[in-house]
Amino acid sequence: MIPASFEYYRPKDMGAVIALLEEHGDDARVMAGGHSLIPMMKLRMADIPHLIDLQDVAGLGGIEVTDDTIRIGAMITQAELIDHAGLAQAAPILREAALQIADPQVRYMGTVGGNVANGDPGNDMPGLMQCLDATFSLIGSEGERDVAARDFYEAAYMTAREDEEVLTAVTFPRPNGGHAYEKQKRKIGDYATAAAAVQITKEGGTCASAAIAMTNLSDTPIFSEAASGALVGTSVDAAAVKSAVAAMLDDIDPAEDNRGPIAFKTHVAGIILTRAIERAWSRA
Amino acid sequence: MSKKQHYKLTVNGTETKLLAEPRELLIYTLRERLNITGPHIGCETSHCGACTVTIDGKSVKACTMFVAQADGKDVTTIEGLGSPDALHPLQEAFREHHGLQCGYCTPGMITRAAKLLEENPNPTEEEIRFGMAGNLCRCTGYQNIVKSIQAAAVEMNAAKEAAQ
Repeated sequence: MIPASFEYYRPKDMGAVIALLEEHGDDARVMAGGHSLIPMMKLRMADIPHLIDLQDVAGLGGIEVTDDTIRIGAMITQAELIDHAGLAQAAPILREAALQIADPQVRYMGTVGGNVANGDPGNDMPGLMQCLDATFSLIGSEGERDVAARDFYEAAYMTAREDEEVLTAVTFPRPNGGHAYEKQKRKIGDYATAAAAVQITKEGGTCASAAIAMTNLSDTPIFSEAASGALVGTSVDAAAVKSAVAAMLDDIDPAEDNRGPIAFKTHVAGIILTRAIERAWSRA
Repeated sequence: MSKKQHYKLTVNGTETKLLAEPRELLIYTLRERLNITGPHIGCETSHCGACTVTIDGKSVKACTMFVAQADGKDVTTIEGLGSPDALHPLQEAFREHHGLQCGYCTPGMITRAAKLLEENPNPTEEEIRFGMAGNLCRCTGYQNIVKSIQAAAVEMNAAKEAAQ
């Protein structure tokens, strides 16, 4: 397979990246690990006349874990995330999710920034970041700004990021309580038929807070406030889980595709969320 | 067509200079330009792992990397692991334990397995299956591949101990 030809750039600093994006506008795109973009270019579904490889750009790496905040540089790969002991301890849901993304080879190349910025509804990190209430840092010619993950996704491949902006990092409050990332997929390397990210805190025997986000069940990730709310104040018994699932099903809007008809996806979404809530609660 | 560029790669320990369009996929650079035909083209869509090589310590599917991205990097293919006269312990083990039938996936399998054993010298069966999940084999049913990697691990660990 031979993609359409392109000019290739490998700048060393963000200033040069932004200058290229400004110069070439829609004809330019940044590439992190390339494991979403390159397959699309090979299929000629993406034509990128000016390809800007971010691999040498300074300041896009690093995982910082403090007592209350976690920051992950955009170019951190899924493999680096999985291997980071401090992160596994501070926010284990990330490792649990990353291990379910693609396969080992792809995880060496695929990055957190690429996964969240791409806007593919099939990517796992966007829903996860909504569950964690993360903030995405963007940089462009007009300077830096932050956008909440829960406000970032507009439609499939459409996000709040402007064409000449680059996503540099994700930051989120250090999560508390129990967690689960549950994913149903047809085979290793596949995107989710349905996936659920759940964080729950418990006080006494009662759910004090919950955050629930679903993946690949709409053209954006779905943070379901109603489903989260259905658990708070309950003992997360069968009835509470059932109402959380019902609330989630009201919020999603799956489409029929090669992963199955809508009825099947709805069914799987319910089962996946039930499992995720039960597992998160058992760890809370 | 975009202009050809000069690239420099170290492939199996040998520094190699070449002139290519940036869009050339690394698997083609290796196979057609450098005549390194161990890495195979299977699916060419990042699924099957037949083209797996090691780049700067990472297992990478060479069909999903442009030669431009690999500029300046260190690439190891199956040819860099062993030779017909001095097989790598994994090659020996795959032969011994019937870890292959048609052999098409084998270079990718062994290159990936070498990296897996470097990171985890004593993997459980589950860890092997998880770590090899990016490589498909349509012949063996995987059982003998797992056995081969387990056998190679024992062999390599014994050799390491003996060397100490």
